[in-house]
Amino acid sequence: MAIRDKLSGNEAVAVAMRQINPDVVAAFPITPSTEVPQYFSSYVADGLVDTEFVAVESEHSAMSACIGAQAAGGRAMTATSSAGLALMWEMLYIAASSRLPMVMSLVTRALSGPINIHNDHSDAMGCRDSGWIQLFGENNQEAYDNFIMALRVGEHKDVQLPVLNCYDGFITSHSVENMELLEDNLVKDFVGEYKPQHYMLNSKQQIAVGPLDLPPHYFEHKRLQAEAMRNAKNVILEVSAEFEKMTGRKYGLFEEYRMEDAEIAMVILGSTAGTAKYVIDELREKGVKAGLIKIRVFRPFPAEELAAALSHCKAIAIMDKADGFNAKGGALFNEIRSAMYDGDARPAIVNYIYGLGGRDVRTNDLEKVYDALAEIVATGVVGDPYRYVGVIDANDVAVQAEAAAARE
Amino acid sequence: MAYNLKETSLKPERLTGGHRMCAGCGAPPVARTILRALKEDDKAVIGSATGCLEVSTFLYPYTAWKDSFIHTAFENSAATISGAEAAYTAMKKTGKIDDTYKFIAFGGDGGTYDIGLQSLSGAMERGHDMVYVCYDNGAYMNTGIQRSSATPKYADTSTSPAGKVVPGKQQFRKELTRVMAAHGIPYVAQTAPTKNFKDLYEKSEKAIYTPGPAFMNVLAPCPRGWRYETSKLMELSEIAIDTCFWPLFEVVNGEYKLSYRPKNKRPISDWLEAQGRFKHIMKNPEAIVEIQEEIDLKWTQLLRLCGEQE
Repeated sequence: MAIRDKLSGNEAVAVAMRQINPDVVAAFPITPSTEVPQYFSSYVADGLVDTEFVAVESEHSAMSACIGAQAAGGRAMTATSSAGLALMWEMLYIAASSRLPMVMSLVTRALSGPINIHNDHSDAMGCRDSGWIQLFGENNQEAYDNFIMALRVGEHKDVQLPVLNCYDGFITSHSVENMELLEDNLVKDFVGEYKPQHYMLNSKQQIAVGPLDLPPHYFEHKRLQAEAMRNAKNVILEVSAEFEKMTGRKYGLFEEYRMEDAEIAMVILGSTAGTAKYVIDELREKGVKAGLIKIRVFRPFPAEELAAALSHCKAIAIMDKADGFNAKGGALFNEIRSAMYDGDARPAIVNYIYGLGGRDVRTNDLEKVYDALAEIVATGVVGDPYRYVGVIDANDVAVQAEAAAARE
Repeated sequence: MAYNLKETSLKPERLTGGHRMCAGCGAPPVARTILRALKEDDKAVIGSATGCLEVSTFLYPYTAWKDSFIHTAFENSAATISGAEAAYTAMKKTGKIDDTYKFIAFGGDGGTYDIGLQSLSGAMERGHDMVYVCYDNGAYMNTGIQRSSATPKYADTSTSPAGKVVPGKQQFRKELTRVMAAHGIPYVAQTAPTKNFKDLYEKSEKAIYTPGPAFMNVLAPCPRGWRYETSKLMELSEIAIDTCFWPLFEVVNGEYKLSYRPKNKRPISDWLEAQGRFKHIMKNPEAIVEIQEEIDLKWTQLLRLCGEQE
């Protein structure tokens, strides 16, 4: 029987960690992820886990200690946000290339500067090519479920890669929601014992980790790493199917919401999907054929599947909660537009940068996006695809007045 | 049992030959001596910061290390090994392993005094049962002899060149061993490969088998950076000790203890003139006097800390 509870996203993830009982958790405080190690250290203090909690002096050392622990043969975990992830940057690549399947919760937050503690996806997008599998959850339940599944995915023999469990700072991390927890023994059985093939504390076979790898071998190693990421897609689906059997909760590469006959659609990562679903329901009442794709698996990128799911749409808005600074839009936009190139369908595709630095994303913001998509369908005119929603435009008198009214 | 070089040398090598370190480099005999201090039955996890020792001993697909070994990056040898030690503690507690492991992290002076200082300080403060060894050759030798905060004043390096106006490095070196002693950890030592390696071996044994964190700062002459004939490795080490450029001492639970007091303290010019990197100041008596005064000051301070007569 599932356990009904009311928890914040961070506490739910900490509970998952307690249930898994990892060997090492090494973490450093940063808002908004810091509650995860706080909750977890209380489990350590109360003797509920066997874990060594290493309160490191920086995120760089958090990731370094996790690498040392995982290479030694233990299960290592951590959590971070924003600048903390940025400080780990060098080590993210080393964890991935050393094929160490640790799990890290990334409680997404805007990157400095200017410093801002609130949510967007600039941290997650910044590390998108570091070799980590990236799962995104919409709410507390998904943050919890994804964390448990992440171990099985990363540790699979065909994968052996680290996994980022991404969920939105404050919106998900600090909001308390009703959710279902699994019994401790079910989680333990589901994740099983970690049995690495090679590890430093194996007394029968010493190993050396992290060589100088020069031109004769480096290229082949990077290619193997890329293949592991490709293998991850099927493994994620297998693990998700097994999880569904246990919980009844179905997870795929992405979630399609009212997409069967959708003419206009949005693609979203994270918590804003919940707002979009509400807007879609209202639009559907008015006869607008609106839909949503919420991406769960961002790395590996499910390009073919997304292209197929979007092929019947007439106009699509790709929602990026991080600007691209390439002068051509956000990362998600560029990747999805590229994914569509292989098919025959050529829906109109535009990009909206939204919600930066914790700017509220309201239902009327998303309505504006759907209205714009409907306009594109009606007129056939796309215009500049690189757009913003919810930003105050210094040149737009109407927007300024609206913003002033909202402030009052 | 009293130390005996011949007997300890019979132990199987844990850093084997075939690595690519230079002839006349201090780091390999330092590393081998430290590993010899491990009990034969004890296993070890060895870490190294990026640097000469790492890139020359573990070039894929070969490793010269008999024990499990890990290199991750430049600034985090201490943090990486602290994570491995934490995993060991957890896995031992839950019965997943039952062998005895020791944890030793190496770093050069660049990876220790400079970029790795935070990681080192954190690992020592947290109390991991590990040894951190700095092999100090006084510059970033692996990248081509750039100055570090361990480089002695007036040394000619590739980023503190002896020019027409500026005669080499402009700062005295950081007293890292004393910085580490100030952490209040159970064992800190300053040592060097000298004579029959007794000082280095015995301090290594203490560092490894003292529960909790230990730090060793070991002088490791570098023929390329210091510019000496490769055959003179041991001689350079000896002059450094006898001029009191590199005093031998240990700090046990906060108590300073001098390990060796030269009968005749040699002038610092003996040490300077043995190395090409100081050639440009040998005709500059003021600079030599300045260095001598600094050496004397630090030596006097150390004698006081050790409760020795000045």
